[in-house]
Amino acid sequence: MAHDAKTPPVILAEGLTKTYTLGDSTLHALDRVDLRIEEGEFVAIMGSSGSGKSTLMNILGCLDRPTEGRYFLSGSEVSKLDRGELAHVRNRLLGFVFQSFNLLPRTSAQENVELPLIYAGVGRSERAERARAALERVGLGERLDHHPSQLSGGQQQRVAIARAIVNRPRVVLADEPTGNLDSKTSDQVMELFQELWHSGLTIIFVTHEPDVAKYASRVLSLKDGRIVADRQQQARLAGGPAIMQQSVSLDDARGF
Amino acid sequence: MKLSQTVPLAARALLRNKTRSFLTMLGVIIGVASVISMVTVGEGAKARVASVFDAMGTNLLIVLSGSTSSGGMMGGFGSMPTLTWSDLASIRRDAGAVRAAAPVLTTKVTILSDDANWTTAIAGTSPEYLQIRAWKIARGSGFGDTDVESGNKVIVLGETVVTRLFGAGVDAVGKIVRLRSIPFTVIGVLQRKGQSPIGQDYDDVAITPYSTFQAKIQGSIGKYVPGIIAVSAISPDDTYRAQAEIATILRDNHHLLSSAEDDFMIRNLTELASAQQQGTKALTGLLAAIAAVSLVVGGIGIMNIMLVSVTERTREIGLRMAIGATPAQVLVQFLVESVALSMTGGFIGVALGMTAARVVATRLGLSASVRVDMAAISFLFSALVGVSFGFYPARRASRLDPIEALRSE
Repeated sequence: MAHDAKTPPVILAEGLTKTYTLGDSTLHALDRVDLRIEEGEFVAIMGSSGSGKSTLMNILGCLDRPTEGRYFLSGSEVSKLDRGELAHVRNRLLGFVFQSFNLLPRTSAQENVELPLIYAGVGRSERAERARAALERVGLGERLDHHPSQLSGGQQQRVAIARAIVNRPRVVLADEPTGNLDSKTSDQVMELFQELWHSGLTIIFVTHEPDVAKYASRVLSLKDGRIVADRQQQARLAGGPAIMQQSVSLDDARGF
Repeated sequence: MKLSQTVPLAARALLRNKTRSFLTMLGVIIGVASVISMVTVGEGAKARVASVFDAMGTNLLIVLSGSTSSGGMMGGFGSMPTLTWSDLASIRRDAGAVRAAAPVLTTKVTILSDDANWTTAIAGTSPEYLQIRAWKIARGSGFGDTDVESGNKVIVLGETVVTRLFGAGVDAVGKIVRLRSIPFTVIGVLQRKGQSPIGQDYDDVAITPYSTFQAKIQGSIGKYVPGIIAVSAISPDDTYRAQAEIATILRDNHHLLSSAEDDFMIRNLTELASAQQQGTKALTGLLAAIAAVSLVVGGIGIMNIMLVSVTERTREIGLRMAIGATPAQVLVQFLVESVALSMTGGFIGVALGMTAARVVATRLGLSASVRVDMAAISFLFSALVGVSFGFYPARRASRLDPIEALRSE
């Protein structure tokens, strides 16, 4: 993706270190990680368990703070913010997708998607409108009133993606988004992510499946708390003309 | 997020688990209901005690003669006449806190009508007596000062006596009855007063001018009042002042040295009434305290369930935090949930308590006027229970680490 050199990177991390003390020994979950992600990138983070990829995701997602190092999200430093301020940052700048969907049970798809807007203080009618638009965008415009139990795994993850994008985040963070899905549904979900990427969204996801990582434009590999590989790649293109059409209308969609 | 948005949020969370929400509220429902019913029944008992004392008379003081002492045997108060007619006149004239004073001479007498007879208590007294006892005339009239001065043979009967002598519902006014073969004219019938707390029938009574009483029934006229003096103070607050004034007057009249004991006795019925009131009040307080304990137990129930709920919904809390709920917002959400539980419980409890109070009060024959302030206080207290017992679980929820919370099962 082309980007303007003057705009600051959406993510800039310098010397991110996270240590845990277990008795006498200290564990470096992250060891002086430097990372720069530009707007509009589609990044896969790979690594075995214990490589530090979850810790990195948590810090990038403002759910956790680094022990050392600095983290700039969208140009401003967030590594020193308190819990309340971090909650605001997560609400305004970030969207989350989880492996286990994490939808509220016995709550309609639309209400699930509205949740971030409630915490953002958006009024009732605007909330409903934006939630509907987001659900339409993930192809669930017909299932606004369905409860999670009435939806398939893939559909539930789509609702979760709609929830992640409804507050117009700068970055969507997905932690093993296909971990609970079969390969066919996984492909569909990744295609949806790719669609969103084509429309200008920055997406970072964690996976340990090389097949899934192929959808990304950049792959980071972590081992023992360090980035051991960082390569750009030709994203595996999925879908047909509809997707191409989406990427053409990139500039319109960015304002979504 | 505004507070107005957390209320439907909390309501939805509670409605997702209706049975549990209801069982959680049950503690508060029972607590509030028992506070309301206990206090209402207590108030009813208090009102009854008050009405009993009102029936005896308003701001009543009773002055008794001293006791005799013969050979070391002390007679009771009233066994030795020490009160004189001039004492009565002095009390009427000099005691500022006294509204009215009347001599009351009593004995048992058999009254005969044409075809029945009935033995009852008869009181020889002055016209002020009815005022002192707060007793009204139902039919006819009472006697006046002229009746006392001339010793007229007139009599006022209680309802029970009328029924016994003439039958129920018969107007006795104008009829002639005989006491010790002396004809008396019935000039009035007293309003029904009912029973005393110990079951004594207030209406089984007859009254007549004390002059007539002395001349025709007692058959002796002397310096001493052969009975008691009933006194009414000008207000409930003045009974003590009246008591002191009467004591001073009597000690003065009887030329008692300052070292000497009183040769009379003054009973303050207002004092007795307030002691009784204190007793009922203490009982009400005790019942309310027990009920309040159950309300606190209800609060602990809420805390327990909220803690379970926080544990159960750890993932939900983690998710809410991840998508932007601040710790404060999570705290408020859970606090609103527990307050919603306790206030709904409080509301149901108030309704239930009022119903229960009415049923119990009807059973006990008490008046059941639910005090609105009491209902409001218990309702607010239930809200307070929700806040105080919901705070700890809510704080626990708000302090969860979103990462840990999202990882929990």
